[in-house]
Amino acid sequence: MIKLFKRSPLSARIGMLVIAVNLFVCIAAPLIAPYGETEVIGEVWESVSAPNSILGTDHLGRDLFTRMVYGARNTVLLAIGITALAFFLGIFFAFLAAVLGGWVNQLLSRSVDILMAFPTLIFALVVLSVLGTSVPSLVFVLMIPAATRVYRLARALAMNINVLDYVEVARIRGEGIFWVISREILPNTLSPLAAEFGLRFCFVFLFISSLSFLGLGLQPPTADWGGMVRENAGAITYGIMIPLIPAAAIAQLTVGINLVVDWFLHESAGRVPEEI
Amino acid sequence: MSDLLKITNLKIEAVRENRTKEIIKGIDLTLKRGEVLGLIGESGAGKSTIGLAAMGFCRPGCRIVSSSSIIFDGFEIMNATLAEKQNLRGTRIAYVAQSAAAAFNPAHKLIRQYTEGPVRHGIKSYPEAKKEAQALYKKLLLPDPDNIGYRYPHQVSGGQLQRAMVAMAMACKPDIIVFDEPTTALDVTTQIEVLAAIKKVTRELNTAALYITHDLAVVIQLADRIMVLRHGNLVEEGTSKQLLEAPREQYTRDLLSVRTFQKQVEDPGENKTPILEVQNLTASYRKNTPNVLKDINLKITRGKTIAIVGESGSGKTTLARAIIGLMNPKKGKILYRGKELPYALKRRTKDELRHLQMIYQLPDIALNPRQRIQRILGRPLEFYFGMKRSQRKKRVKELLDMVELPAKFINRFPPELSGGEKQRICIARALAAKPEIIICDEVTSALDQLVAEEVLKLLQNLQDELKVTYLFITHDLATVKAIADEIIVMLLGSIVEQGPREIVFNPPHHEYTELLLSSVPEMKLDWLDELLKSRREKEAARGNGKKFHDIESYLAVSN
Repeated sequence: MIKLFKRSPLSARIGMLVIAVNLFVCIAAPLIAPYGETEVIGEVWESVSAPNSILGTDHLGRDLFTRMVYGARNTVLLAIGITALAFFLGIFFAFLAAVLGGWVNQLLSRSVDILMAFPTLIFALVVLSVLGTSVPSLVFVLMIPAATRVYRLARALAMNINVLDYVEVARIRGEGIFWVISREILPNTLSPLAAEFGLRFCFVFLFISSLSFLGLGLQPPTADWGGMVRENAGAITYGIMIPLIPAAAIAQLTVGINLVVDWFLHESAGRVPEEI
Repeated sequence: MSDLLKITNLKIEAVRENRTKEIIKGIDLTLKRGEVLGLIGESGAGKSTIGLAAMGFCRPGCRIVSSSSIIFDGFEIMNATLAEKQNLRGTRIAYVAQSAAAAFNPAHKLIRQYTEGPVRHGIKSYPEAKKEAQALYKKLLLPDPDNIGYRYPHQVSGGQLQRAMVAMAMACKPDIIVFDEPTTALDVTTQIEVLAAIKKVTRELNTAALYITHDLAVVIQLADRIMVLRHGNLVEEGTSKQLLEAPREQYTRDLLSVRTFQKQVEDPGENKTPILEVQNLTASYRKNTPNVLKDINLKITRGKTIAIVGESGSGKTTLARAIIGLMNPKKGKILYRGKELPYALKRRTKDELRHLQMIYQLPDIALNPRQRIQRILGRPLEFYFGMKRSQRKKRVKELLDMVELPAKFINRFPPELSGGEKQRICIARALAAKPEIIICDEVTSALDQLVAEEVLKLLQNLQDELKVTYLFITHDLATVKAIADEIIVMLLGSIVEQGPREIVFNPPHHEYTELLLSSVPEMKLDWLDELLKSRREKEAARGNGKKFHDIESYLAVSN
């Protein structure tokens, strides 16, 4: 692990730093934030130079920096939770399908095909309008499409490993299916799956933000970056840059994660010849 | 006459993370027009790397040190631009790879791929090239030379495909062809055809060749001169005759003496109750498809080695898979100590599973790369015997000792081991279960000859010690000669001959057994020429138009 870190290029290290800072802010939010999440401290859209705040105030006069910090906590942690859940479900069913094959594989794969046939945004809008916007329904709506993508990748990876002789050796020994999945297949699919985790997290994160922007995500007064862009969008017409701050926050985390993922993919894919 | 290819002080480095390692350490090489030079050595000797360097090419991650010189027909390749090199490749220097199946584009017909080179380089028009391809296919003894080019790669056999690739290399009448193990992946009977074809065309067209192989017996048939390589160094160089009759270096002598290991004949007074019996086994992959195993009957005695010999497609691996429980046969019985085994793995008891173990051809994929040796060997101990941690550790060390590996390997991962060491770990894993029968599926085929011989000796010692029974599946008759007590010859899913080694290997043979035996290359000059000559005579004498490479005809005799 340390060896791997030493080999990492500068871009990946920057990405790791960005992720680390974000995670720290998530965990330590109440300690960092100078005010309460919904505390009104001043006038509407006070500028950065306002004396009692760092980044100014939002459309209700709440401290923008405080909202940013809590927004990180809400959005990032929700996205991590959803991605983890999607991975757990996706990988579990994918490995089952790959190892058992036959009708199990057919049933699972075709169900996933059907789910994938719905455009994610339409799917989200339909489900949210039926179930209403709550955190559990948000989790459901975001997790299902993500899990189908994970399923696809994990099944393909597992099928490649499943035909190798060491898996056959385990079967001949008489090992059960869960042993084969957890000890023989999972460890050998980890690096591409880890890269996929980073990528999938970005999509989920952006999707939460876009749903919040449409007013279907986390509901006010809970702070979240996508919602903050929408709430303060009006400020743009007055030449106030406040909505750009949460937008920039979304961008920095996405870019940071992608820097790490790129390096990860590069490591797991090996080198590309320069001249043929 | 000046040299066609002159390589001086060739050094090639592997580059990784700013560290370099020399893999070719200053090789000098010359090749005259029409001469065949054999490059021989174990894996890692650098023979393929030299072959590619002759074309000015280096695998990704390697680089030719700039002080090297590669002069082709008076032209320094080291100074050539990429475009100049590409112009040379295919037209004046051509390459024949080991695996024709991987080298052909499966989406295009053979003749399209043949004509691509000459047409692209603007040497010939498409109809010209096509006509030439047909003539060349004929010279290479391919069946139906006028039409075979219109098939796709998967529609011809492995040997035919390999010859089609030789034809493709010949397309632009190159001055040099680099043959990189062109027959290694082929069956012995097919190998003969390809060797004969290569010999014929290189002579007729006066083409120079670099012939790369690990098999000294093969290269002696073709090469005028041979260079023996090891770890990127030259060990010895000489004409084929010199090398065969008066090798100077010990390493060359070792290479010449492989395949001389032989098992001691045991006293026949042992009990003869079969430990494993197969009765009337018939199997196919799916319903309504042809049977891949046809009515197989065999008995295996405890403590013996039974070799199942056959070429690819003979059903020998399928038989092993059926016995071990990975394949459901259509009908027939598998009896272990007189008790019938269920077909499916899931319905066998732990003890039945334990007594049958398997060792695979490719140790690279038979060991989980993410598990330490401790875990790989410890798991069967835990699974079958419920051993505790400290017991396991002790036993794993014993097992490592049995396969002659140091105890410090316990904490290593498989990718840190060499091929031979990995195969020893596989053997230790099979032994961990204390099995009665070990099925060895081509266990030495992927190893270098000297390493393979060590592994065979180890297996033999273990048998003497533990009285374990081996079911040895192989296409390599030299291995069979070395280790088998009994031999079963399979052809297209049927057993054509079976019996003790002395009987099967001594004349009179079954016709197919004779074909197999005579096809094994011998360490003799002119072995190939003599064999081909005698076969032609026999074919003529028989007069029924039956060809030696017409495999299916042998089955008609046996039924």
